[in-house]
Amino acid sequence: MLLGRTANGLYWMARYIERAENMARLVDAGLRMALTRNEGDVEEWTSVIVSSGVEAGYRQKHTEFNAANVCDYLLRDAENGSSVLSSIETARTNARMVRTALTRETWESINDAWMSFRRMLASPIDEREVPKVLDAIKRETAQIRGAFQGTMLRNEIYDFCQLGLHVERADNTARILDVKYYVLLPSISWVGSSMDNYQWESILRSVSAHRSYRWVYDAAYKPTNIAEFLILSRRMPRSLAFCYRMIDESLEGLANDYGNRHMSHEMCENTLSRLKRMTIKDVLDEGLHEFLTDFLIRTNNLGDQVARDYRFF
Amino acid sequence: MVAFDEMRPESAGLRNPYSEYDNWLTEQDTARLGQKMKDAENVFRRTGITFAVYGEQNAAERLIPFDIVPRILSGAEWRRLTQGIEQRVQALNAFLEDIYHRQEILRAGRVPRELIAGNVAFLPEMIGVRPPAGVYTHIIGTDIVRTGENEFYVLEDNARTPSGVSYMIENRETMMQLFPELFKRIKVRPVENYPQLLRQSLAAVAPRSADEQPTIAVLTPGSFNSAYFEHAFLADHMGVELVEGQDLRVVDGHVAMRTTEGYKRIDVLYRRVDDDFLDPLTFNPDSVLGVPGIMDVYRAGNITIANAPGTGIADDKAIYSYMPEIVEFYTGRKAILGNIPTWRCSEADSLAYVLEHLGELVVKEVHGSGGYGMLVGPAATKKEREAFAEKLRARPGNYIAQPTLALSTCPILTDAGLAPRHVDLRPFVLVSDRIRIVPGGLTRVALKPGSLVVNSSQGGGTKDTWVLDD
Repeated sequence: MLLGRTANGLYWMARYIERAENMARLVDAGLRMALTRNEGDVEEWTSVIVSSGVEAGYRQKHTEFNAANVCDYLLRDAENGSSVLSSIETARTNARMVRTALTRETWESINDAWMSFRRMLASPIDEREVPKVLDAIKRETAQIRGAFQGTMLRNEIYDFCQLGLHVERADNTARILDVKYYVLLPSISWVGSSMDNYQWESILRSVSAHRSYRWVYDAAYKPTNIAEFLILSRRMPRSLAFCYRMIDESLEGLANDYGNRHMSHEMCENTLSRLKRMTIKDVLDEGLHEFLTDFLIRTNNLGDQVARDYRFF
Repeated sequence: MVAFDEMRPESAGLRNPYSEYDNWLTEQDTARLGQKMKDAENVFRRTGITFAVYGEQNAAERLIPFDIVPRILSGAEWRRLTQGIEQRVQALNAFLEDIYHRQEILRAGRVPRELIAGNVAFLPEMIGVRPPAGVYTHIIGTDIVRTGENEFYVLEDNARTPSGVSYMIENRETMMQLFPELFKRIKVRPVENYPQLLRQSLAAVAPRSADEQPTIAVLTPGSFNSAYFEHAFLADHMGVELVEGQDLRVVDGHVAMRTTEGYKRIDVLYRRVDDDFLDPLTFNPDSVLGVPGIMDVYRAGNITIANAPGTGIADDKAIYSYMPEIVEFYTGRKAILGNIPTWRCSEADSLAYVLEHLGELVVKEVHGSGGYGMLVGPAATKKEREAFAEKLRARPGNYIAQPTLALSTCPILTDAGLAPRHVDLRPFVLVSDRIRIVPGGLTRVALKPGSLVVNSSQGGGTKDTWVLDD
């Protein structure tokens, strides 16, 4: 038995932990891109902000898209609800609210991360220190994941957390792809330039897939392979198909526990079977941007339906 | 004013309960103890045992300072204390039952009628209501102060929603982590089973209509409440749900909580929300912390609310001064535990005396708690005393005054070694079909030399409290 409010808290706790980590990874990819390019990096930082889904807020505060502003806004700006600092704050507030549902190890790892982020991100970060800070953020979130996976009972509590985590992750990967979709279109004439190589690497890096890509495909980057890897791969833990497989697993777990299926099960299966059925050619024929737009809407709707089905409110 | 030191009173040497601890202490290296003090703080910070202080900015979460020197009571001292507390708690429940029904104590003229009638802590809505199992105040934190070898007094009967029990348990847990060898050497009676006792106690007072295994929940105002940690702690350790008002509604004549599978009935609600916020339909209409209609369910006998609404009339500071009469009236015996002499400022003679002796007295608001709105005469400046005198004259009925007691001291560890500080004690009492008192309690300690204010909201700390198994 679980309170609806507790399920809601678990779901958003997991989403915000995942979000904190994704933000760090996006900034990481942006930094790398800025280092490896000679021309101005305004475009790259702009796409980092757009991928983070915080463009409107950013524009209210900053006029220039550069490393210092973007790092500050994505890592430590309290007015940005999705910054690493705000995310960990929200994650911890939720964790505190659902504390009785968490193992001591899980709660302490979240509390530890919160304490260390608050210390690390208390004042503006020297540009030279950013890589170190990003590493620390990834390490802390990895520790939360470790404590969580290593100690939590596989029950409804676990399922609601995993649901939140994979909905957030699917959303994040889809948004990164959508911001850069034109770089991945095979039809565009300047394919194969060194410029594209950087772009492709950046996309992979922002989902920590630049190494695993090489294990699966040839060393050379091919846009259709990259798109296939991030959308349809069943093994890549940040691909859309993988995330939906996990979402489905969590929803099935809940259906088993409660002996009851809901609308959200149907919606999830619908999207999952679509991802299973489609080839990358189908996706590109449908239009990459159109496909991703549809996917983002589906995922958003699924999140809302889960909240209704399990009485989050 | 010389205070009685519980470890080394001035008149004598080391007191017996402390002898084995003292042996251990002399073997310890001071630097190591200092390190242990830091370790303790880290334990508290990591586990998130914090509390909020109202009205302080940027201090949303703060630790209550913890001192590593235990406060030790002998088995014999404890037995005497518990007898006194049991008697008092029985009287409190009998008083509540009477005051909301026949009011015999008022008819007998032992407590003045106007003290009840005009008291905001008295809830007319409770008149004639019989709580399940007839218990009004299920959880009580009796504040006790000591002034000498055999002199214990009750300072306050916290009969509404006493807090601090989680600190009692976590303090012990921390001490056992830091000094496991001490607990091998000295037999200390356990306190860790409090949550299980609380659960048994609450289950025993469930409504008749409940299942054999009643559903219990803890009602918290929410995670921004100063005692939220404790609410979560207790729910967790009892293995029951921690609910907020927004989770609850009345469904088919029962209070039910919204779960992922629909609404589920609750039989016993351990509420940590004040009376005023409990039911917007009956009390404060703006409250979002309570449950609309819960009082109707209560009157129908379909839920146990612990503590019952309206118990505040029993721990009201104006009533406090009548406690010796109340204990005698209902138990037929003299109170085992004494009261502190109290001047009721509502009485003209007393007011005159209090105004004349402000410099020696502690003046408290009748309905206040947590050390807010009180004047500690000897520690106050002339200006503060004059300002307070104004308030006193304006609303004398709102105040009581007590002598500044020489509270006993216990040593704490400071940078300069052990130093005595004033302490009080809050044992926790559970009332259901029987009375259960966990051997121990929360010892609060004033951290500033000479200070008598032990409240955590005013910079006080806590200590582990040992009752020896002797």
